[in-house]
Amino acid sequence: MTALLEPPAAPVETVRPVRDRRAVLGLLPFAAYLLVFLGGPLYFVITGALTDADGRPTFQNVITSITEPQYRLAFTSSLLLSAVTALIGAVFGVFLAQAVITSRAGSPLRRIVSTASGVLAYFGGVPLAFAFIGALGQTGLATLFLRGIGIDLYAAGFRIDSLTGLGLTYIYFQIPLMVILITPALEGLLPQWREAAENLGASAWSYWRHIALPVLAPALGGATLVLFGNSFAAYATALALTSGSIPLVTTSIASALSGNVLANQQNVGLALGLDMVVVIGIVMVGYLLLQRRAAKWTAR
Amino acid sequence: MTRVATPDTADETARGTTVEFRGVQRAYGSTLALDGLDLTLRAGELLALLGPSGCGKTTALRLLAGFDKPTAGEILIGGKDVTGVPAAKRDAGMVFQAYSLFPTMTAAENVAFGMRMRKVAAAERKRRADELLELVGLGSRGGSYPHELSGGQQQRVALARALAIRPSVLLLDEPLSALDARVRVQLRDEIRRLQLAEGITTLFVTHDQSEALAVADRVAVLNAGHMEQIGPPQEVYTRPATPFVAEFVGVMNEVPVDGHRIVVGAAENRQVRPEGLGVGSSDGLPGTVLTSTFLGPVTRLVVSTAAGELTVDVVSRAGLPGIGEATTVSLIA
Repeated sequence: MTALLEPPAAPVETVRPVRDRRAVLGLLPFAAYLLVFLGGPLYFVITGALTDADGRPTFQNVITSITEPQYRLAFTSSLLLSAVTALIGAVFGVFLAQAVITSRAGSPLRRIVSTASGVLAYFGGVPLAFAFIGALGQTGLATLFLRGIGIDLYAAGFRIDSLTGLGLTYIYFQIPLMVILITPALEGLLPQWREAAENLGASAWSYWRHIALPVLAPALGGATLVLFGNSFAAYATALALTSGSIPLVTTSIASALSGNVLANQQNVGLALGLDMVVVIGIVMVGYLLLQRRAAKWTAR
Repeated sequence: MTRVATPDTADETARGTTVEFRGVQRAYGSTLALDGLDLTLRAGELLALLGPSGCGKTTALRLLAGFDKPTAGEILIGGKDVTGVPAAKRDAGMVFQAYSLFPTMTAAENVAFGMRMRKVAAAERKRRADELLELVGLGSRGGSYPHELSGGQQQRVALARALAIRPSVLLLDEPLSALDARVRVQLRDEIRRLQLAEGITTLFVTHDQSEALAVADRVAVLNAGHMEQIGPPQEVYTRPATPFVAEFVGVMNEVPVDGHRIVVGAAENRQVRPEGLGVGSSDGLPGTVLTSTFLGPVTRLVVSTAAGELTVDVVSRAGLPGIGEATTVSLIA
């Protein structure tokens, strides 16, 4: 059997190098794009972070970026905000996507949620911030409505320009983004797995725990990582909503680069950028480890 | 037809459970997938549910498994009404068409899954999973993931998984249809061997008549939600109850006969299988060969005659008439 599946050696040997060269050629435009728009800025960030204002090599910027209380606070806020909104977005997004998939094909729910997710996932930045201020600001429509029925959000300590308000705003695009990202993976769950599990005596919970979730784990991990990165790098929404009153890494970088707070902090700003790259790198390593675990049962 | 000799078949068969469909109906909107199906599976028998796509055979199987509910009628397993019992509590092991193994689990973990759900101790689970994998000829592949197994091996694991929970009924939903011809015959015979050894009542759904005739104790032919005929394979093949069965189970010729000869315009019309006809005899009905298909041991000829087109199966040999050549068709005594 195996022998039959093996391709004849000689022709493959002669053809493969040509194919490889063509494949590399096809990759060139993307490689050039990466070099200019990822490699270039990364080089600029790294060299800037590791030199002082006069161009001498130093670790001082990096040390400052991780030891200064204001930056530590910015990192804590950014990481907390990103992790919490990614997790909430992931959980609710999965439930919503599953509800859409299990609904009747062509049902209004399916159409509305799919279309809305496509639009809302990319509804961010200043317009989203203003939408939330209009809805949940001190005199926002939803705030006034809730006050009218006896629920006073602001008396209870809520503020739209707080970390909670920011989180709430982020979740608004995180959930639809998760729906878009996870729907294909959920659709990949074969109906006969569920039926086989049921047939073997598994409850719905057992099916999800033992079969569906392990199958989905790499996709869930990947999608949650995208959500995390999405929050971590968000800038305009946070700035418009809080006017910089909540320190986040992205707004701190902007302040440092523009010299808003202190002069000659540009290199510290670049060091903060380098820290962000490291954080995303660590999260990606975690994701790769998860992928490697899944590789033993996925088809090669 | 494959008959596997097992001296203790009768004793083992007594272990099986009866299954009954009583007036089972399943409607999808105004379409009736099953229209009042009455069917009894005897304890320990293998019953093949045979029919074309959309005849209702898979619906019947899914209703028995508990994946679907009948719109009318009842289903009994071992004399107990299970119509409202959820699939997880039906005590029926099922083998699906293909790709039903859990991809994140090894073959052994797949086989043990049903026992795990039943809280069987880990050591006992492992013992039974190993034993069953051995039984289906995959003793050394317990640690393999489904993607590392061939289609035939995957179906063997699926069979072991279904048997692991010691179900009272085994349901086979076209388990061989995704396999290549050689593996299909091998696994078909193996299913029969295991079914006899376990003495388990089995419903085997298939659209392949040769498969049904080869393994079943009885064959039930379904058409458009109705039962056309039920009986032992020989009976269904040689004495089809309806024109549909005659056409669906093998090929049937309508031949005008007078005594032992084919005579155009004769008063009697007889149904004759292709192997009941021969070519080249001097007193046969003249005709011209339209097609000739070499099927290995036999060659199938379609001959155009004054009595219409007749299909004739003859033992493959040199000197058979070729396409366009004249010959004669006669009844074989």
